[in-house]
Amino acid sequence: MAPQINAGDTAWILVSCALVLLMTPGLAFFYGGMVRRKNVLSTLTLSYIFMALIGVQWVAYGYSLSFGSSIGGLIGGLNFIGFQGVDAAPNPDYAKTIPQGLFAAFQMMFAVITPALITGAFVERVRFKSFLLFSLLWATLVYDPLCHWVWGQGGWLKNLGVLDFAGGTVVHIAAGFSALAFALVIGPRRGFGKSPMEPNNIPLTVLGTGLLWVGWFGFNAGSALAANGVAVNALLTTNTSAATAGLVWMVLSWLDGRPSTLGIATGMVVGLAAVTPASGFITPMASMVVGAVAAPLSYYAIRFRDRRKLDESLDVWACHGISSTWGMIAAGLFATVAVNSDGANGLFFGNPGQIGIQLLAVAVTMVFSFSVTFVLAKALNASIGLRVKPMEEEVGLDISSHGERSYS
Amino acid sequence: MLKKIEAIIREDKVNDVVDALKAIGIMGLNVFEVRGHGRQGGIQLVGRAGTYQVNMLPKIQINIVLSDRNLEAAIEAILKSAHTGEPGDGLIFVTPVEEVIRIRTRERGQDAMMYPGDIDDRKKKAAG
Repeated sequence: MAPQINAGDTAWILVSCALVLLMTPGLAFFYGGMVRRKNVLSTLTLSYIFMALIGVQWVAYGYSLSFGSSIGGLIGGLNFIGFQGVDAAPNPDYAKTIPQGLFAAFQMMFAVITPALITGAFVERVRFKSFLLFSLLWATLVYDPLCHWVWGQGGWLKNLGVLDFAGGTVVHIAAGFSALAFALVIGPRRGFGKSPMEPNNIPLTVLGTGLLWVGWFGFNAGSALAANGVAVNALLTTNTSAATAGLVWMVLSWLDGRPSTLGIATGMVVGLAAVTPASGFITPMASMVVGAVAAPLSYYAIRFRDRRKLDESLDVWACHGISSTWGMIAAGLFATVAVNSDGANGLFFGNPGQIGIQLLAVAVTMVFSFSVTFVLAKALNASIGLRVKPMEEEVGLDISSHGERSYS
Repeated sequence: MLKKIEAIIREDKVNDVVDALKAIGIMGLNVFEVRGHGRQGGIQLVGRAGTYQVNMLPKIQINIVLSDRNLEAAIEAILKSAHTGEPGDGLIFVTPVEEVIRIRTRERGQDAMMYPGDIDDRKKKAAG
């Protein structure tokens, strides 16, 4: 029987696509609130530019490298270059009931936000030209291959049976460990650890958190690629994990002084990142455990990073890399085919082997994303330089890189 | 003799201090938003994961130029209205002023400092 387009599924993924697009502006404001006032525009631009950069890269060749005919399970072929053949007909390898053009557009939004996540590592000091070059190389050499391994038809991790519903490895662990590598190469901001680097506008960060949470319904529930029970379950687990992590973070912050607004917002995002890989495979009650454990893991990861005097400025590693590592493991523990018959059972449902597959995917993602980013950053640092001049950093990147002021 | 008062006070005390000065007839003043710290050094704020130290605290500076015969009354009004007893209440600086010129009328010195209903005007009326 030929694949049939389903109007309900198509409508839901169209909406999800828009929701996930909204996450990149959400992230821009989430980050923009946390930097100093002289770098707000620069920080917003570092995220926003990906809607343009990957918006072109993905159509030109990114989708093909990620989802084209597999070459040895390592990379997609060039059969979808320029979106040729990516049209109203479904591609049964990925989604039987929606046009492939919609699947490709939905996946584009993931490719857009993932490198934007990394920018938290190097805000307030990165040279814009070097950043653009790095980003294009990263999308091509890290995101596209990794996406193919985990989600592409014939991808080697997919063939092993890894459970990553909406991007624990491809998005969050890859971004988190790339952020760590980049921060190690570029070095700390001038004055880091000596003078306080106060967030200029926490309300912007809180607004960004709200947009991210809304968008995450598209990210996770949309990853069902259909308007069905799996999508509804993913929406519930997403909400429950974010809610739980927000509450737990509030308590941790309270025990250390006061229930910080910035802390609560951070906890919510951590809960969202943690549940992402597991959201379509676990029950809402299991997602409560995911959120409750993710919050202290990320909280103390921030403390650890701070004690090591490492200026991974907006804690991409702690908030995304660490929490989603736990989320991948949680998928290996709590997954059940009762939730998703296309998934697998985890340890608690009689399948201990799933944990091994999950850990392998996590380790591969960490090593691959960290090392390629480290080499790319080192090479760019040695050639065209990663940082702005000290004077430009003092003045702020809004003026020195973009010739504009956020506030007059 | 003309004097200038520079009073560094808490942000949240600005309305109390301005009202107290107005109540005794000190009409003209300027208010500045400033940042700094005294012996207290700074405060702890709560961040994403725990606290951090902030050294430059927001404060209000009120500048008043007045005749020295009204100086102690103004100082007393500020001391009463800006006081909490906690560290961070602020400081008052007093300096001499060479000259004051009112742009509208070209009046100079004491004359330039007079307003109808101000502290001197009230004293004059009270004296009859």
